[in-house]
Amino acid sequence: MNPEAIRDKVAIVGMGCCKFGENWDQDPQDMIVDAAYEAYADAGIDDPQRRIEAVFCGAQYPSKGTAEVADALKLYDRPVSMVVNYCATGTDAFRYGVFAVASGMYDTVLVVGFDKPKDRGVAGPSVAVTGVRGLPATPAGWFSLCAARYFETFGASREDLARIAVKNHHNGTLAPKSMLKREITVEDVLNARIISWPFGLYDCAAQSDGAAAAILTRRDLARSYRDDYVLVRAIGIALSPNPQEDPAFDFLRWRATEMAARQVYAQAGITQPRKEIHLAQVHDCFTLTELLAYEDLGFCEKGSAKEHIASGTFALDGELPVNTDGGLKTFGHPTGATGVRMIYENYKQLQGKAGQRQVRSQPTVALSHNIGGAPQACGICIVALP
Amino acid sequence: MAGISSYGAYIPMFRLPLGKPGGPERAVASWDEDCVTMGVAAAMDCLRGRDRAAVDAVLFASTSYAFKEKQGAAIVAKALDLRRDVTTTDLGDSLRAGTTALRMAGDMVRAGSARQVLVVASDVRMAAPRSPLEAQLGDGAAAFLVGAEDVAAAFGPTHAVADEIIDVWRTEGDPFVHAWEDRFVLDHGYRAVVTEAVAGFRVRHGLEPRDVTRLVLYGPDARSHGATARALGFAPEQVQDPLFGRLGNAGAAMTPLLLAAALERARAGERVLVVAYGDGAEVLSLETTPLVERLEGRRAVSWHLARRAELPSYDLYLRFRQLIASEHDRRAGAGLSATKHFRDRDTDLALLAQRCRVCGQAQFPRQRVCFTCFARDDFAPLRLSDRVGRVMSFTFDNFAGSPNPPLVAGIVDVEGARLYLQMTDVTPKEVRLGMPVEMTFRKIHEAGGTPNYFWKSTPVR
Repeated sequence: MNPEAIRDKVAIVGMGCCKFGENWDQDPQDMIVDAAYEAYADAGIDDPQRRIEAVFCGAQYPSKGTAEVADALKLYDRPVSMVVNYCATGTDAFRYGVFAVASGMYDTVLVVGFDKPKDRGVAGPSVAVTGVRGLPATPAGWFSLCAARYFETFGASREDLARIAVKNHHNGTLAPKSMLKREITVEDVLNARIISWPFGLYDCAAQSDGAAAAILTRRDLARSYRDDYVLVRAIGIALSPNPQEDPAFDFLRWRATEMAARQVYAQAGITQPRKEIHLAQVHDCFTLTELLAYEDLGFCEKGSAKEHIASGTFALDGELPVNTDGGLKTFGHPTGATGVRMIYENYKQLQGKAGQRQVRSQPTVALSHNIGGAPQACGICIVALP
Repeated sequence: MAGISSYGAYIPMFRLPLGKPGGPERAVASWDEDCVTMGVAAAMDCLRGRDRAAVDAVLFASTSYAFKEKQGAAIVAKALDLRRDVTTTDLGDSLRAGTTALRMAGDMVRAGSARQVLVVASDVRMAAPRSPLEAQLGDGAAAFLVGAEDVAAAFGPTHAVADEIIDVWRTEGDPFVHAWEDRFVLDHGYRAVVTEAVAGFRVRHGLEPRDVTRLVLYGPDARSHGATARALGFAPEQVQDPLFGRLGNAGAAMTPLLLAAALERARAGERVLVVAYGDGAEVLSLETTPLVERLEGRRAVSWHLARRAELPSYDLYLRFRQLIASEHDRRAGAGLSATKHFRDRDTDLALLAQRCRVCGQAQFPRQRVCFTCFARDDFAPLRLSDRVGRVMSFTFDNFAGSPNPPLVAGIVDVEGARLYLQMTDVTPKEVRLGMPVEMTFRKIHEAGGTPNYFWKSTPVR
């Protein structure tokens, strides 16, 4: 593998994101159009039929597949592909877009991530019964499996998790397109009904509808679109063994994150993540997922997350702000859109266009991270100013 | 000499108080139990320390088995990981089915068609909610290994009477057992026919009540049971406690359970007279050998009676039996793919993991390529159902539909393999990392309207 094969070769020149939420009055196509046309406008593209040469889509629960996007945008007579990779779906669609441009095959491509879980008629994720093994198949149950052992080993508690929810709820109030805009307290989190121990209601992300889009082009063409383009420095995907089956698993981490982090840090030449990464969007489907990501991404030592949570290292005004737009927790989590939405947030922050939630440190390098499945699939993307 | 070489029992953990808490109660199968799962549990108790590969036949007796077509004994044999070339059959339709199976097993061994026969009797019978009959019933299972070697209780002579009467019945599609007026049932059914059968046995085989150490007598309720035993000429100290007020009438499993209880405290040289009733009656005599005192390590009846948890409400009992509607319909959905079930039988029913022949790593479920050394297709099967595991991780899930939330789930390490299992017969406050758990065969759901089985973990008690 050549870790430098794509480093800084592909530029993001336009991004869009629809309002996330329970979008009862919108079809997937409505959201896709909102996101893509915002991205076109952001890139100054008024002739998408000519400019967009290929489309890479990501959706975990698509009802129509690639046609959903092609029909919505009338982008026919060109490649339209779709990937599914658990919660890393959006990041993976973006990754294929990066490769397509870096290879020189296409000048400009569109990436669209979307999902419409709120058409399923259930308040949380649907619980499928397809066999007798692996039940109960609830994401909260799966993602909670590190809690007991992590708590016992490192002395953390539900209160440490609660502080993450409080932080992300605060950040979400500052993001116009987020689903939930409500400050909460640690007591609110601790007193909420338990979904799957140790996760109470406020430890769980808001499942929502949404779509996000990105326009990628070669670095040498970027300036024809805009001056403040953002480069893709690294992007990786890793699958780990299913933590429910892995005979070697220690329940103190998610191995997929560690594996994908090694890939992207090698690509980006990063050796001290906490110093070299200036802000991050990490997968906070549940509060513990964010806590483990701090450590598994190398932002802090294994076991030390609670000290950093207490001292505000990852707060909006902290040393390494995490989930500056409220994260999955409050921005919402339409699975296929989430990875692209995170890159949207990093792109806006690097451009200094994040409004009230703009981090103060003039960041130049930002990371986004998704983990999904049992979980066993992780995607990480690092973007940077030239 | 044909006889019983081992026995086992299973009584579910839950008890439904019949009046004030602390008073009379009955055993209640949990929501994830049925006659098959309880039968497997009793059989595992019976087969403790025995070579399962030596079992030649399985006779499964129940009046409450879910399928009208599709054999219970075959599920039991698979869950126990018995040989493929076992003879299996179900006996049902009568409260006598359990003892009939025991007699047939003896006949098979004497005839030489099987060396070791596993007899499993199990019942979860339902009567209409709040009916007097409901309070008399109880759920339970018993199992016996019958053979010609290592006999702990040798089969003696038998006698049977067939009788056509409408006293207790249940028709297809009706979930509830019904009974005719109790005095009629007693006078012309139970007491009359049992008396006739015991009298016939005495005439034929010359056995007097004074020759009997222990009378194991079926009874529909405590009063009828006591009165009938007296009328037959047995003193109270000769009569095996029928366990009313503790277990309840366990249907086809009742007489087998009482026999297991009698064997549990039997000494060598005892004469045990077993009298079962249901569409007639049958009498079976047994004589214990010195081996009966050496059958240790069985939970049998006493352990299960001591292990009990009171149901906090009658409402919960109704939810267990799906007698009140709930948002989570356990029978909903299309059901299992029969082809997937076919491929997964060894994994899901026999709980076979595999051990890599190259690096030794145990793993679950079935893999083609080793998790640890990546060797391909080089595994030996490893049965985990009779091993003790340790809890690696857990959660209490309120989101997954359960009649008794939260659903406890977690990862269990068994022999180095990791299994994602639900934990049953447990309260959240008992759960600790590293706690030892054993495997218990349970009904995971009834998607498609059929019972669908897999294993759960439960604390070693």
